[in-house]
Amino acid sequence: MWQFFHKLGSPKWFFGIATRLMPWLLVGGVALLLTGIVWGLAFAPKDYLQGNSYRIIFIHVPTAFLAQSVYVMMAVAAVVTLVWRMKLADVFVKAVAPVGLVLCFLSLFTGAVWGKPTWGTWWVWDARLTSMLILLFLYGGVIALDRAINDEKSAARAVAVLVLVGVVNIPIIQYSVEWWNTLHQPSTFKLTEKPAMPAEMWVPLLLSVLGLYLLFGWLACLRMQTEILLREQRTRWVKEFVMAGRG
Amino acid sequence: MAFDSFSAFVVMEGHGPYVWACYGVFFLLMIGLMAISLRRRRAVIESCRRGFEHQADGHSQQASQQPVAAFTRIKVSQD
Repeated sequence: MWQFFHKLGSPKWFFGIATRLMPWLLVGGVALLLTGIVWGLAFAPKDYLQGNSYRIIFIHVPTAFLAQSVYVMMAVAAVVTLVWRMKLADVFVKAVAPVGLVLCFLSLFTGAVWGKPTWGTWWVWDARLTSMLILLFLYGGVIALDRAINDEKSAARAVAVLVLVGVVNIPIIQYSVEWWNTLHQPSTFKLTEKPAMPAEMWVPLLLSVLGLYLLFGWLACLRMQTEILLREQRTRWVKEFVMAGRG
Repeated sequence: MAFDSFSAFVVMEGHGPYVWACYGVFFLLMIGLMAISLRRRRAVIESCRRGFEHQADGHSQQASQQPVAAFTRIKVSQD
């Protein structure tokens, strides 16, 4: 167990694993996402209340879901950074924060565009939308703080603390539709209940969520590799890797 | 197929602009992010390689050109 833990902390070992995983993540992610989206756009039945505008759900829910779960993953990595000082955890936070920012922006954007034909307005300052906007600012704050501190170790610690403070926002987003009166509809998926929509609607939605997850995995591996190369550029294995790729 | 024709699919009973704007921005940003990440990884590998090659050149020339003076950069930690 401890040996595994040590290996997991080794950037070189992770680099190799990521290289082997990435083709599968990319192919699987793109295939699932495109299947879900094409199915949802062209074949799923129309919503009886919202008409065709509901088809935005097939990207709105995956991006919103990922934006939150990426933040939770970052929070776990932040704990690992603070407690065990594992370098790889900090590499993860740094590599993934911009991806979270883009996903969070996409969920807000698609939500606003969906809101116009459905609610009659692009934006309301209600609990779900506002807490999601705060998540966007948290991502931005994490990226800015990391760039503002030159020393790698102090940056890692400061960013980890900020990520952990911000994690309080996640349950607020999650329960905002139940605690407050809001225009936003309740969650589409719940772990304990069957979805309220027919299978022709929720199966493509599930596919696109899974696909985006895999695609996120690919992006995370790729960006972590970049960060590892930057940090380890003085080591021998990086030299061997870089010079081997030339011929 | 939930639509009778391709034009009905594009128009989506008036909701077309909203739906297509969302999907357009989604693909634009996702593909952009993927492309930027790939390009940055390639750039980092390239700059590492140039650094190593430069280092190797420096070693081979050292025998013929001994430096007159040596300067050492001292890194000062900020914390």
